[in-house]
Amino acid sequence: MADLALDRPAGRPSRFIAGLRRGGLRLWLGSTLVGVLMLVALLAPLLAPHDPLEQDLMSAQLSPAWTSGGDLAYPLGTDSLGRCVLSRLIYSARTAVAVALIAASLAAAIGIALGLIAGSFGGWVDQGISRLIDVWMAFPPVLLSIVLAAVIGAGLTSVIAAIVVVDWTRFARVVRVETMVQLKRDYAAAARVIGLSRGAILRLEVLPNLIPLMVTLLSVEMGIAILVEVILSFVGISVAGDTPTWGGMIAEGRQIVYQVPWIMALPIGCIILSVIGFNLLGDGLRTMLDPVQRR
Amino acid sequence: MTAVLTVHDLHVAIGHRGSATNVLRGASLEVGAGEVRGLVGESGAGKSMLGRAVLGLLPANAVIAAGTIQFEGRDLLAMPEPERRRLLGRRIALIPQDPMTSLNPVKRVGAQIAALLRHHLSLARREAWQRAAELLAEVAIREPQRVLQLYPHEISGGMRQRVLIAMAFACDPSLVIADEPTTALDVTVQRQVLQLVERLRQRHGAAVLFITHDLGVVAKICRTMTVLHAGRVLEEGETVDVLTKPRHPYTRALLAATPRADRPAEALRPVPPALIENLWAEVHRLDRESAVVAS
Repeated sequence: MADLALDRPAGRPSRFIAGLRRGGLRLWLGSTLVGVLMLVALLAPLLAPHDPLEQDLMSAQLSPAWTSGGDLAYPLGTDSLGRCVLSRLIYSARTAVAVALIAASLAAAIGIALGLIAGSFGGWVDQGISRLIDVWMAFPPVLLSIVLAAVIGAGLTSVIAAIVVVDWTRFARVVRVETMVQLKRDYAAAARVIGLSRGAILRLEVLPNLIPLMVTLLSVEMGIAILVEVILSFVGISVAGDTPTWGGMIAEGRQIVYQVPWIMALPIGCIILSVIGFNLLGDGLRTMLDPVQRR
Repeated sequence: MTAVLTVHDLHVAIGHRGSATNVLRGASLEVGAGEVRGLVGESGAGKSMLGRAVLGLLPANAVIAAGTIQFEGRDLLAMPEPERRRLLGRRIALIPQDPMTSLNPVKRVGAQIAALLRHHLSLARREAWQRAAELLAEVAIREPQRVLQLYPHEISGGMRQRVLIAMAFACDPSLVIADEPTTALDVTVQRQVLQLVERLRQRHGAAVLFITHDLGVVAKICRTMTVLHAGRVLEEGETVDVLTKPRHPYTRALLAATPRADRPAEALRPVPPALIENLWAEVHRLDRESAVVAS
């Protein structure tokens, strides 16, 4: 009987390289934007030219350095209290990154666990979790987080808690459906036939198939977490009042937007770039991680 | 000859009480040690359901209303779930119908074979991969080490089916259920797969229950055969006898309906209407009987 040989030459570039290539421009742009954001947050004390809280009322509302009336000591100018805008933007990134990473990961952990349970057990367990999700999603999410933050009180922990409590449904819903789809596939039946238990099938067979999806969701969720944090700090119920945040800067800049528009424009720009960065990164990683290349 | 598998008077219904459809109406079957038995019948005859019942893969809405399934003298239906799982994959294996979807798309071929070996034979990772390579060599795959590193979508359908056959025989099972393993393959590959199953069966000394609608395949590799119609066994015996001297008119019609190269196309005649009438009268009688059994 004929031996069956591979019809492809042996030498091929490594999977990792191939994956990077598949990710393309989105992966590069996304990882650059997110990388820069992370670095800025990590190295804030080194990068910032001033203490973000240091006030200098003599040089309030300075324009950026390259415009007339700018001061080289304050590259992006100062706000109404004479605080360095650049330093405040840099320190704000710390809050944003902390919230994005921790809140999104916790929401993912809870949501994925519940989604897997609902998707694999079915029956009344699934009914219970699904109805909970339905009810949960009927609340306006921003309102819910505002109420939560107001009830728990200000602070980083409560912002994170508010986001987790609101956003776990996003993961649970998608993971539940995808688990059901995967369990219907022939390979899941094949796994049952080789005698794997339900837990082993979920862990060894289904979960690897969900990874591209979960990476995308997680990344998008980080962008959303940043937005929610911005909204909370804009209305003033986020972290403590003296910690600089993009949302807080927008709120302050809004009052003088006709005189000095950049104070509001700059944090908005930071937010847009970060969220776009997370979304592109998620998209790029999904294509990179998926060996089947279903696009 | 001792029986490996004994199915006795198996009744299976699908659907809810009241609107249930009987798919098996008292099917009985015996597979002796080392025997290759063909299970044939038209679409919907219940042949796949019989195989699935043995493997515990019946759809969630199917109910086994009556009957027993004994494997090596032990009642599979009365057995607790963990004990049954220990048999699956090790003592009873499946060669699935569709090689394209029966392997996990995001796991390397080697990881999937190794998972089976580690699960049942408690091999260490390195040993398992080594053994996996030997198994692939046994099914005449060249460069087994390299195929182990590939994902299922990177190898051809014929090669995937060989991988699945290798996995079925990996733990030296005493019964292999082949559920139309050649249906999804083209004719040239079919022949190779049949030879392969036959060779591995002899080497590992397994009995095979070969489910198919292709009488040609049965004639080639099965020594005994069972004809199933509407969930009930119509005829069984040595393949030679059944094919040359069919006793039941349905078997005769089935044989006459098989297209053959040495016979002009107009010689194909449909199953006589009177025969179908008789069969359906029989089916309704059986349904009434099983309704009595169930109540």
